[in-house]
Amino acid sequence: MSRTAFHDDADAAVAGVRDGDTVLVGGFGMAGMPVTLIDALIRHGAADLTVVSNNAGNGDTGLAALLKAGRVRKVVCSFPRQSDSYVFDELYRSGALELEVVPQGNLAERMRAAGAGIGAFFSPTGVGTPLAEGKETRTIDGRDYVLELPIKGDVALIAAHRADRTGNLVYRKTARNFGPVMATAAASTIVEVRAVVETGALDPENVVTPGIYVDHVLDLAAIREAVA
Amino acid sequence: MTTTSTIEHTDREPLSKHEIAAIIARDIPSGSYVNLGIGQPTLVADHLDADSGVVLHTENGMLGMGRAAEGDEIDPDLTNAGKVPVVETPGCSYFHHADSFAMMRGGHLDVCVLGAFQVSEHGDLANWHTGAPDAIPAVGGAMDLAIGAKDVLVMMTLFAKDGSSKLVPSCTYPLTGVGCVSRVYTDLALFEVGPDGVTVLETWSLTVDELAERLDVPLRRAKG
Repeated sequence: MSRTAFHDDADAAVAGVRDGDTVLVGGFGMAGMPVTLIDALIRHGAADLTVVSNNAGNGDTGLAALLKAGRVRKVVCSFPRQSDSYVFDELYRSGALELEVVPQGNLAERMRAAGAGIGAFFSPTGVGTPLAEGKETRTIDGRDYVLELPIKGDVALIAAHRADRTGNLVYRKTARNFGPVMATAAASTIVEVRAVVETGALDPENVVTPGIYVDHVLDLAAIREAVA
Repeated sequence: MTTTSTIEHTDREPLSKHEIAAIIARDIPSGSYVNLGIGQPTLVADHLDADSGVVLHTENGMLGMGRAAEGDEIDPDLTNAGKVPVVETPGCSYFHHADSFAMMRGGHLDVCVLGAFQVSEHGDLANWHTGAPDAIPAVGGAMDLAIGAKDVLVMMTLFAKDGSSKLVPSCTYPLTGVGCVSRVYTDLALFEVGPDGVTVLETWSLTVDELAERLDVPLRRAKG
């Protein structure tokens, strides 16, 4: 019996999120965005959150809605400014939101390091730029590097294509993006999947995220059936 | 008398953005793994021969990215780095974000084509932030791309809308990367930049001497 918990209720899936948590949120644009879990987190009411995600919300839904509800203290992301990021833009300009901009590859690698037990790493990305100011640098074998620290989440909210009953995950196309890395980097990983399949139905050779990283699975198909 | 291999195409107008893209495509070796930055660099894909064997990388986790998707091909799970829906090509592969940037940072990509606000004569790049006090900083993958590929090519107009040159002695905008650019493709000229400064490889609509009068950086002709 897997220790992964399976839910057909989004509110139950996010019930463990606490005020002040660092929440890793998957997705690149809308691909891989855990929209149902974010909506549940808004209903849940946890506040004073630090959100780590590639973007800072689009339009009025998902991450933008979480920001608009005033639940987020700080955003750590690579690309907050987009044509439809007006919710973030307004909060940031009014001083209501702290922002840490991180180069996209460093963002991914800092979470990978957290998940892999690496204390810090030297990255060539950002050397000599404003984003390296105040950070330790070192020349190794003639090349300059910046010291980057891990980003560890209390919680990760991600989306995958399928989970089996052991918690193994597969993704679909570029919706994979940050999911596998975030799943390793959080104390508790919560995944929404389009469908849960029986253990054994996923080819072990094709599993991308092994169930050891997966704490809660929300089965979107079960929700749809319940509504129907 | 020194010989030069710099080619001056004085009998024509400046290059259009599509013509710049075609020149870049001409210079990308067949079989290269290539990342095309968001915006104008994506035009380069339209000029790559189908049999060139060039494989496109998109930093959100794919090698073998195809053209923009149309109609029923549109799949929300399959987009490029600009979040535009695209299609697969035979032999494509998917991987997560940390692997995608490891591939870049680890020096496995051959070529990256980026836009720029400014490039310095020594190859410093500024393309992520104007430094305006009210601007919201957003870097995306620009800094990772700038230091990642073996060859970083810049595609830009040589002069900004206000008439100032974007090829400068040193960048006044916040830097994206230091000494990372190898070539600058513009509407008026193709430059090589680096530790030794600027070499003009090709011009369009004007001569190297005419170009030198309009720029604040020393220009050299390519050695014959």
